[in-house]
Amino acid sequence: MPDNSGGGRGDSSVEKAREDFLSEAQELVDGLSRDLLLVDQQTRRGESDPHIVNDIFRAVHTLKGLAGLFGAVRMAAVSHELEELLDDLRLGRIELGVKVVDLLFRGVELYGELLLAEKGHAPEPTQAVEEFLFSLGAVTHQGAPGAGGQVAQYEIDSSILGVLTEYEEHRLRTNMKADVALYRIRVQLALTTIDSALDDLKAAARPHGEIITYLPTGSGSDADRIELEILMASHAELETLRGAFRGLDVVVEAVKKRGGGGSRSSQVDATPAPSVPLAPAAAPAQPPQDELDEAVVTPWPSEVAALSPKPVHTPPPAERGSVSPALTVPPPFPGVVHPEAAPGAQNRDLSLRSVSQTVRVDIRKLDNLMNIVGELAMVRAALGRITERARGDARLRGFGSELHRLQRSFERHLTQMQNGILEVRMVPLGQVFEKLARVVRQISREHDKEVNLVITGAETEIDKLIVEELSDPLMHMIRNAIDHGIESREERSLVGKPAAGTVALNAFQKGNHVLIEVEDDGMGMSPEVLTETAIKRGILKREEAEELTTREIFNLVFVPGFTTRETATDFSGRGVGMDVVKTNIAKLGGVVDITSEVGIGTKITITLPITLAIISVLGVEVHGRSFAIPLASVEEAIVLDEALVRSYDGREALTQRGMTLPICRLARLFELEAPPLSDVGARRPSKPCVVIASVGNRRLGLVVDRLIGQQDIVIKALGPSLRSVRGFAGATELGDQRVGLVIDVAALMDEVMASEKERIGVVEGARAR
Amino acid sequence: MRRLLVVEDSASTRALVRAIVEEGGALGACEVIEAASGFDAMRLLPRGPYDLILTDINMGDINGLELIQFIRKSDRHRDTPLVIMSTQSTERDVERGLALGANAFVAKPFSALALSKVLASQFPHAGQ
Repeated sequence: MPDNSGGGRGDSSVEKAREDFLSEAQELVDGLSRDLLLVDQQTRRGESDPHIVNDIFRAVHTLKGLAGLFGAVRMAAVSHELEELLDDLRLGRIELGVKVVDLLFRGVELYGELLLAEKGHAPEPTQAVEEFLFSLGAVTHQGAPGAGGQVAQYEIDSSILGVLTEYEEHRLRTNMKADVALYRIRVQLALTTIDSALDDLKAAARPHGEIITYLPTGSGSDADRIELEILMASHAELETLRGAFRGLDVVVEAVKKRGGGGSRSSQVDATPAPSVPLAPAAAPAQPPQDELDEAVVTPWPSEVAALSPKPVHTPPPAERGSVSPALTVPPPFPGVVHPEAAPGAQNRDLSLRSVSQTVRVDIRKLDNLMNIVGELAMVRAALGRITERARGDARLRGFGSELHRLQRSFERHLTQMQNGILEVRMVPLGQVFEKLARVVRQISREHDKEVNLVITGAETEIDKLIVEELSDPLMHMIRNAIDHGIESREERSLVGKPAAGTVALNAFQKGNHVLIEVEDDGMGMSPEVLTETAIKRGILKREEAEELTTREIFNLVFVPGFTTRETATDFSGRGVGMDVVKTNIAKLGGVVDITSEVGIGTKITITLPITLAIISVLGVEVHGRSFAIPLASVEEAIVLDEALVRSYDGREALTQRGMTLPICRLARLFELEAPPLSDVGARRPSKPCVVIASVGNRRLGLVVDRLIGQQDIVIKALGPSLRSVRGFAGATELGDQRVGLVIDVAALMDEVMASEKERIGVVEGARAR
Repeated sequence: MRRLLVVEDSASTRALVRAIVEEGGALGACEVIEAASGFDAMRLLPRGPYDLILTDINMGDINGLELIQFIRKSDRHRDTPLVIMSTQSTERDVERGLALGANAFVAKPFSALALSKVLASQFPHAGQ
């Protein structure tokens, strides 16, 4: 393990680097998973794309380096072994088959577990790592070396061969073995637009072959532009390629075959470097690595020396294995031999835009900004009141209208700022959907069912914090769909359905909400079976069952302890799960609904707020004061019928549809004095209402004077001095320049339903404000 | 103030190098300029001179070897000390880099001490 603590470095920088490490590793693992799914699809179709395997190799290689740097020993060990396997794969030493793909998927899962452990959320999966390393060991280094066919010989500049990495060299050889023609593409790119220009080039090249390398030539380059020489392997004719790159301002040339009459071979720079013939591969029995050493590597040191613009003393190449961690070599270019014009003054004008256009932001910082927005909204409300007063005063009218104008502008910008912050928090749902694709693959395999996952709306954006919390519930729903929903192949063919089942994940935005549907084309659920099961499990009485609507019956699956399976499988059917799904979604301010049709399938719909920073509330009024009740915990609101109120033990309850509902009069709880009549005068006193609030299985009726209506608000947390007051989540601006307290329903229930003594505590706390 | 160009596609490795170089104290006052790819380096090179260039090898598009050759061919940077940081598993790539004109090699993973030592060895008056 490296000595990360030494050297007297600032701990915070190292800590920050470590945080970067965790998020970078997570991104790499996510990318890995994406690529692997592609590879899986391709392997099944009998295709392969060497670039993806190389991307995976590079990701694992980077992970290994990172794990080493940050002392994640097990992750480093896993990466090391995976890297070996991937190296064998990309260099063609072993075949990419289902078994290997399975191992790689297992590796991705293990990375997930290791990362959780690194973040301190889980114990180190020691055993799993051991087992994985063991199974990897059985696969690597078993493959036979690739057959060395007749290699066509090309004239390629040594300046290119000398700078190919081992992998690029392998790709070159593979293409040559397959007798794919080589092309040299020369292009000049402006540094400011290089990224998009490069994307265009890659897109143009992709249908026609493989790009082996990009070499900056050094000639034709200045401070603003660089010249690149791209080596590409392609089956296409020269003219086809020229057509493909038309409009991109490139020069395409075929690389001449040795002894053949191909087109002219150009050289990278003016130095008369002899071309290096790529000799045929050595005897097939030899591993390709050694083969390459002999065929290509041996001649290069002298070539490189000859290539250099001036006489140099090139150090002898280090022996294999002798490259020590701190090996130093004397500078090979002593002195200045070529006195050339100094770089132009325009260098200084070159823009600094470079490394990256993005920054990583801790979401807590955004929460803090949002909190400030909430605070400003209250300032705006106060300003509004002053403005109104000024406008109502004849002497201050001019001042009032000016204030009003300013306030309008303030309001507009505040809204923009709020939207801006919200936008930053948004990430596409695709992030979590990709992980689910892996789960589908794994579960369908373990259940020996064929399942296609169809995803739509992956680009739908939602709050980052919500995305983080979504993967577990969604995973459970998908497991349920595959385990309980999708029938076996035989059952499906009996009812005339295609052998492969379909699970659809659809996401779309609807107003301030995002809807996610998990839909399967399986056997569906019968309301009768569900009711019978619920009665058998003691969840429901037979007479209650008769009053339930179909929708209510389907939603029985979310009741704790409900399951229709007699035997539990590994994944679902234990009767824990769907209720947890509902609770977890509710924590995010979301609701779950389910519909099903026997023989057709089941659809579960999750409705989530687009962000956690804004919540939907029901505004209510109690004795002239405003309060907000989060809509996620509101079931319904009814007019209070005093005749139905019963008093037990000093507590009041309401009988509603045969069920007893404890009620709590907010005015009494908060000991609010009735407002003077003059204040109420304009408004007609309305009948008190009961807002039925629920959290989990608990319900409580809150008696209020009036409902103001539903709105989306930003919560402003209470300051430190009021943090100990229970029952309130914060304050907010409720429109119409009114500031109100947001009721924390769960905490309020705890307090109201607890002992009398504690209840007084709440009241006093509330009054102390 | 010495200016180091660090070419590396991993953000956390760049952050770690920055922490070691800028705050380690072993190298005196240093500033790290980060390039996230070979192309990024190409963009930043004209903004030199740099007192040292530290580069990874295994990067997409323009790889470290190509970058080293380019740097050694440029008028401006041909004498700038150039250090490779790479894993030891890519020995052959490292050998090529050294032959192309890199001055030293530091193996990943490196300790703060190992990196500081290699970098200091490339400065005219090591450690000041």
